[in-house]
Amino acid sequence: MKLITFSGPPSSGKTSVILQSIDALEVPVTEIGVVKFDCLTSFDQGRYQSKGVKVVTGFSGKLCPDHFFVSNIEAAVEWGVKSGFKILITESAGLCNRCSPYIQGILSVCVIDNLAGVNTPRKIGPMLKMADIVVVTRGDVVSQAEREVFAFNIRQVNTGARIIFVNGITGQGALLLAKNLWHAKEVDGLHEQRLRFTTPAAVCSYCTGEMRIGSEYQLGTMKKMEFKTD
Amino acid sequence: MSRRNFLEIAVSQPLSQIRAEFPVCEDFFLNLRIENIDWSLTLLNALDKVDKEVINEFGLDREMIFREFVAFLDAFGHVSATAAEIKSLTVIGGHDKSGNAEIDSFCVAVGEIICIVGPTGAGKSRLLGDIECLADGDTPTGRRILIDGEMVSDQRRFDMEGKLVAQLSQNMNFVMDLTVEEFLRMHAGSRFIDDAEDSIKRCFECANQLTGEKFMMDTRVTQLSGGQSRALMIADTACMSSSPIVLIDEIENAGIDRRQAIRLLARKEKIVFVSTHDPLLALSGDRRIVIKNGGVVSVIETSESEKRCLDEIEKLDTTLFRLRSCLRNGGIIDMDMLKG
Ligand SMILES: Nc1ncnc2c1ncn2[C@@H]1O[C@H](COP(=O)(O)OP(=O)(O)OP(=O)(O)O)[C@@H](O)[C@H]1O
Ligand SMILES: [Mg+2]
Repeated sequence: MKLITFSGPPSSGKTSVILQSIDALEVPVTEIGVVKFDCLTSFDQGRYQSKGVKVVTGFSGKLCPDHFFVSNIEAAVEWGVKSGFKILITESAGLCNRCSPYIQGILSVCVIDNLAGVNTPRKIGPMLKMADIVVVTRGDVVSQAEREVFAFNIRQVNTGARIIFVNGITGQGALLLAKNLWHAKEVDGLHEQRLRFTTPAAVCSYCTGEMRIGSEYQLGTMKKMEFKTD
Repeated sequence: MSRRNFLEIAVSQPLSQIRAEFPVCEDFFLNLRIENIDWSLTLLNALDKVDKEVINEFGLDREMIFREFVAFLDAFGHVSATAAEIKSLTVIGGHDKSGNAEIDSFCVAVGEIICIVGPTGAGKSRLLGDIECLADGDTPTGRRILIDGEMVSDQRRFDMEGKLVAQLSQNMNFVMDLTVEEFLRMHAGSRFIDDAEDSIKRCFECANQLTGEKFMMDTRVTQLSGGQSRALMIADTACMSSSPIVLIDEIENAGIDRRQAIRLLARKEKIVFVSTHDPLLALSGDRRIVIKNGGVVSVIETSESEKRCLDEIEKLDTTLFRLRSCLRNGGIIDMDMLKG
């Protein structure tokens, strides 16, 4: 089974891009599975199902989405293999701009929205930096110049990625993306595989339910800002 | 310049010297939130002084940053030289919406303006789409696009990565909150244009020639009117973009000098495709492609006698423009206004 991980900021068009590539892939939809990792709610389930794609959704809730991803991905792959899929796609929303649910050797795709502003690529971090393919959506509604500057800024943080513009509505560009997805490596499990990037460090008192504000309540991993007055 | 060269440069030269040659390398450090690097040192020495904490947050260490810096120089150190150069584009016909074969093929050379005409829904935008993605029999039309007479390999598609085609359509807008000047400077910067200031000025002037309503360098791009935006996009494509193929999807009615716009683009050694319902534009091209029911039915050369009609058509167009402005300004129309 081929495994492909998709991530990207909320509402950047991940589901539309995945659905368009599913159309463009020459694989029966019944042989494609999707695992959606989300935080609180998700409305994508129906969109996949109406295409006939099998989907499982998991909510990280109060956990860090990256921690949630890594602790469930192995089982997700097992599910995919047992279901007899040819391709398993995971979709996760990066919330803290540091999320990076990518695994070494597994094809990683980051989806970002051209409307999000030209400097966005420089702010996203590992999710963009560590991706093999960067898909840009909504490039069709901004000027050519803004598309070029956007691609330039992506290149700045990720010199090696392939940048593909995909129109989530018309599917323009999805074919080229699909051709690349087809090169994803075959896996039959993920045990002992490694993430490409550390997940956000946690385990402080607030992770375990503390709600009060004040340094006496703060234990564990903390990071302090510096505020100077002149 | 080869990659090894950049490795040596990064090892031996102080950062200040590298920056002098490649100012873009400042961005590399900003992207990693390294704000006060010691430019007088070589990269590795300078990194020794940088807060490890910050570097770690990006999941990097000193050696990785070094490698990435070399890759960065490699990617941006010689961008200006990589503008895709082509001589011709060939469309190998596919089929129309009913599956009937369309025209065999047609070839377009650099410097040509090709208009695309046909009823609404006929497939004009589809043809532009086929060209944009360099169709390989894999779109609904079954067309194939050749560059310089050859199929484009997947590898080459990527190498050209968006540098081949510049697009302009009615749904495109400016979304950056920048002034015209900042906007042009940013674009010039990403293109590593040598005479940036010159290009910016030229582009600004061209845009203002195209539109009736003038705008300033310090006007915000998001506040430009439809016509002004279109004018700036066209001027920008003509003056700054290095893409050899330009696809224009319906720019009519934008209150800009369309004939001038087309001439401006054609001057620049490009292949220009214009999908249009506008007689003035349709006859401004060297040839026009007629599309019916999804297929190309003919390619017509703009004859001398058609070209002679252009001046009259322009007068009609001016008359319509006058009527429109008059109505817009609350005026009353009378017969005299219809006369030239
Ligand atoms: N040869 C073809 N085979 C199948 N579908 C086609 C073909 N050509 C065009 N189409 C489809 O027909 C629809 C209308 O085409 P398109 O939008 O290109 O028309 P248009 O000429 O640009 O219209 P308008 O003048 O309104 O802009 C699109 O969905 C397009 O994909
Ligand atoms: Mg159209």
